[in-house]
Amino acid sequence: MTVGNTTTQRSADATATGAAVDIDEVAVRFRTKKKDVTALRDVSVRIEPGEFVAIVGASGCGKSTLLKLVSGLLRPSSGQVRLHGEDVRGPRRDIGYVFQRAALLEWRTARRNILLQAEMRGMPKAQARQRADELIAMTGLTGFEDAYPNELSGGMQQRVALCRALLHRPPVLLMDEPFGALDALTREQMNVELRRIWRETGTTVLLVTHSIAEAVYLANRVIVMTPRPGTVAEVIDVDLPVERDYGQTMSAPEFARATGRIRDLLGATTTAE
Amino acid sequence: MAAQSTIEQPERTTAPAGATASATRRPGGAGTGLLRFARNTWRPAAVLVAILLVWWVVTAAELVKPYLVPSPGTTLDVVLAQPGYFTHHTWITTYETVLGFAIAILVGVLSAVVMVYSPTVEKSLYPLLLFAQVIPKIAIAPLFIVWLGFGLSPKVVVAVLMAFFPIVISTVTGLKSIDPEMLQLSATMGAGPAQTFRKIRFPAALPHLFAGLKVAATMAVTGAVVGEFVGANEGLGYVILQANGNLDTPTLFAGLIIMSLLGVILFVVVELLEYLVMPWHASRRTDAATTTM
Repeated sequence: MTVGNTTTQRSADATATGAAVDIDEVAVRFRTKKKDVTALRDVSVRIEPGEFVAIVGASGCGKSTLLKLVSGLLRPSSGQVRLHGEDVRGPRRDIGYVFQRAALLEWRTARRNILLQAEMRGMPKAQARQRADELIAMTGLTGFEDAYPNELSGGMQQRVALCRALLHRPPVLLMDEPFGALDALTREQMNVELRRIWRETGTTVLLVTHSIAEAVYLANRVIVMTPRPGTVAEVIDVDLPVERDYGQTMSAPEFARATGRIRDLLGATTTAE
Repeated sequence: MAAQSTIEQPERTTAPAGATASATRRPGGAGTGLLRFARNTWRPAAVLVAILLVWWVVTAAELVKPYLVPSPGTTLDVVLAQPGYFTHHTWITTYETVLGFAIAILVGVLSAVVMVYSPTVEKSLYPLLLFAQVIPKIAIAPLFIVWLGFGLSPKVVVAVLMAFFPIVISTVTGLKSIDPEMLQLSATMGAGPAQTFRKIRFPAALPHLFAGLKVAATMAVTGAVVGEFVGANEGLGYVILQANGNLDTPTLFAGLIIMSLLGVILFVVVELLEYLVMPWHASRRTDAATTTM
């Protein structure tokens, strides 16, 4: 699985050798009372530093499971997961995680929710505050720093969650349907912003999504997964320019080709073969 | 920067109206909180006055015999005639109640934490807890008198027993209802169990805990009085029992009213505490146009 995309060469952390994320022949089986369920099988993915990779697939195909494996929240039944060449054994600290729900602490203001990351890690206070201010400005949260989560809209809450995930400059950002609960308009705005933030931070991003358009607009590569037991059906290289205007991208022929191919893979599995 | 502002513009308008305004209002929220409290209390106060009025009319018109239901005036006179007597006994019951309540909070919260973190402890302790709860306190109170004598301790023990259960149940529920994603997030932040508990799990359980505390506060009063009924030579329970024996209904009524007031005051104190500890929660509750008082 070679990467022919030039954008991956603009990686910020040139020090990291080899793949940012290396998933090698991984399988996950859950044992319930009645039967064994195979959530994932034969999954091998290699993600270079600085890449933006989206994962799409039907509900229950193990997309989220894949992110849990990379973060170390879940251990594979077989196979190996490596993060920057290191075996993932337990929960990893060198990642940022964004869930579908913002998962904010309602007794903390936006800023203090972001700083939770620093408190848990024991980061130097002044440095953390400065970084938080940077991120607040970058995500357009300025003016809402002292608002409580219940005073923020869904999009704003998700921005806070994103800031919190980026506070410690993680080399890898994992996003599990981060915009799934937002309305279509806010979602498009967030897509544009995430693309910009990714380019500014140079983080490796792994994004799980249900939206094919979102996946193709944002990612360099899209991993399409089969229904349970989930495995990689195909990896689509998105041949769009680095500079992606939302409107222009939507009407680009390459966008239509990529989304069409993914739709074929996801929808008509009977005719795809 | 220009591109950024065009993006965030529509977002701002979808944000709840006055989001920034309410954020700045927050630090000075205590004053408005008390005002809100007053606004919420006038209705029950009016009902109370109405009940007093009915009571007064019934007794003034002599619809019932005075030795069965004394007038509000007579009841008040009884208290004013021996202020030291009532103050002393009220203090005793207050002491037993508050001490029992405090011990119940300490033991209740601690055992809830242990139970949540250790399923083994939970499985072995839960049936015992339930057993301790369903056993009628009035039935085991004499046993505590036998064990601990006529002093304050058996009353405190009964108060603890009564108040303990709602606190444990509510704290366990609160600690368990944490969003699992919040715990996973905490793990990726490299937080240990103690840090996760202090910064995430316990604060998240506070609304449940306070619901339990409010129930427990009223139970603690009942517990102390039940303890006094079984065997005591001081306290409001003793006053009521004595008055009942002498068919001294004015004293009986006075004791009952003071006892109820004690429970109400303790409840209100817990509620004020709740407001002070969780202003975020209280504000959200009033936003939803629901009030407790």
